[in-house]
Amino acid sequence: MNKKTFWPNLFENYIIRFSGILTILIMLLIVVFLMIEGFPFLFEYNFFKFIFTSDWYPLSSKYGALPLIFGSFFVTFLAAIMAVPLSLATALFISEIATPSLRTSLKVSLEILASVPSVVFGFLGILILGPFFESAFGIRTGLNAFTAAFLLAFMAIPTIASVAEESLQSVPKALREGSLALGANKFQTMMKITLPAAQSGIIAGVMLGVGRAIGETMTVMMVAGGSAQISLGIFEPVRTITGTIASEMGEVIHGDEHYHALFMLGFILFLITLTINTVSSMIIKKIKENKG
Amino acid sequence: MAEGTKNIKSLIGYVFIGILAASTIIPILGILLLITVKGIGRVDFMFLFETSTSMETGGIFAPIFGTIILTMVTMLIAVPIGILSAIYMSEYARKGRLFHFIEMTIINLAGVPSVVYGLFGLGIFVLLLNIGVSILAGALTMGVLILPLIITVSYQALRTVPDSLREASLALGATRLQTVFRVILPASTPGILTGIILATARVAGETAPVLFTAAAYYLPSLPSTVYDKTMLLSYHLYAISTQVTGVSEEQKYGVTFVLIFLVLGLNGLAIFIRSKISKKLGALN
Repeated sequence: MNKKTFWPNLFENYIIRFSGILTILIMLLIVVFLMIEGFPFLFEYNFFKFIFTSDWYPLSSKYGALPLIFGSFFVTFLAAIMAVPLSLATALFISEIATPSLRTSLKVSLEILASVPSVVFGFLGILILGPFFESAFGIRTGLNAFTAAFLLAFMAIPTIASVAEESLQSVPKALREGSLALGANKFQTMMKITLPAAQSGIIAGVMLGVGRAIGETMTVMMVAGGSAQISLGIFEPVRTITGTIASEMGEVIHGDEHYHALFMLGFILFLITLTINTVSSMIIKKIKENKG
Repeated sequence: MAEGTKNIKSLIGYVFIGILAASTIIPILGILLLITVKGIGRVDFMFLFETSTSMETGGIFAPIFGTIILTMVTMLIAVPIGILSAIYMSEYARKGRLFHFIEMTIINLAGVPSVVYGLFGLGIFVLLLNIGVSILAGALTMGVLILPLIITVSYQALRTVPDSLREASLALGATRLQTVFRVILPASTPGILTGIILATARVAGETAPVLFTAAAYYLPSLPSTVYDKTMLLSYHLYAISTQVTGVSEEQKYGVTFVLIFLVLGLNGLAIFIRSKISKKLGALN
């Protein structure tokens, strides 16, 4: 073999190629590891008892994860109710109303919002928002589902708004012009033509935001109150899947039942977010293909 | 008359949208202002550069140092791999089924919750590879978490290099590898740099992935090797706001301010470089 081309060939054929498929390998490893560490739990504990009972007392070997799953979905649902209108308005404003220079600075503001670390949101929740809601609504504790959802909403807004803004931008100009030519004013065009035309992108953005919110850990752990109960009261403390993993993993003995239970929770969370992300990214990809 | 009500309806609509949009943007600025006003007073030389003997008071050099070291080690691991992976995607891979599968995997990896990365890091790095709870294990975990971001941004930067440059280099007799490293990579450096800075900011602010892989609640001395645990700014903020009592509000805001300053400062830098690039590209077009 030619000595001069040996190393470059090795580099091109193996190292670059390997780096390219490394992400697939990592994904596989994540799945395999969650299963290796999580599935042993199912040998010791009935899966249906795990999913459908509501007593989460690891110390007395009761692992009913229903309140945790409920908590995750409940907080995320509340967050989505708050985040969707705000995100849509922001997206409409940025895409259809703002001047180009205002548009740039608003987009930068969203980026700043997206980059605030989640532990900072948690800190603000404990120190400011929680006590504020406590006195404003006269409730028992400010650390509850509503406070957590409120903060999660702000964490989800940048994702939803930027995807929605992009899909508004990709609505063909001809549609808007047609509407204006038929006598509709700008506002009617925006609400009745542009917004519906961008619908699928907006749905994808919302799903992406929901995927982020359901996997969010630090803020919910600090602010949601942490009691594993099923209650539709929005001012009741709740406990989520993520918060449970994060707060309990530090205390378990590696390899015991509780440890495996937390990995099983992680596996369930992984499946939920994987589903949401796959669907939303497929929608986004389709929009981009139509556009291109 | 009908025209009039139409216009009033539109006006109300515009005002409504404006108010909603403002209520997402104004809180952001409010939060930043509040943290700055309440926190900046606490920041002085001793606060930044002294290692404290207690959790409650004193300087926070230990967590700052830990965050910087952990972030650096993470980047040392993730940046080369991320760039090579982007090079593969941009310069080597055929746009076939494998390419789209990798693309899909990267998008999905970016959506995996950070606490799941924490579990993964605990399982593989801390326990299986027996590295233990350490800077190295934390950095490997963070490296995996940040890889999708680095790959995506680097890939986009590589794609902005015009094909004429590739063809010119190949026509002059350079090999593909030489073209990649001497022509394409230098031409896309600013874009890749932007991605690296964004990734650095993200790593500096993340908490959940290092909870069980690297973070120490309190350490009397700085870590001396990558096999040691370390205090971290983000985890320290979590600890003093939830688990330690008797920390003054000023101290908490001081820590928050330093963390925000670090993360947003890096983000600002990335946004600045990116706007420079787009101006330059605009000038070229």
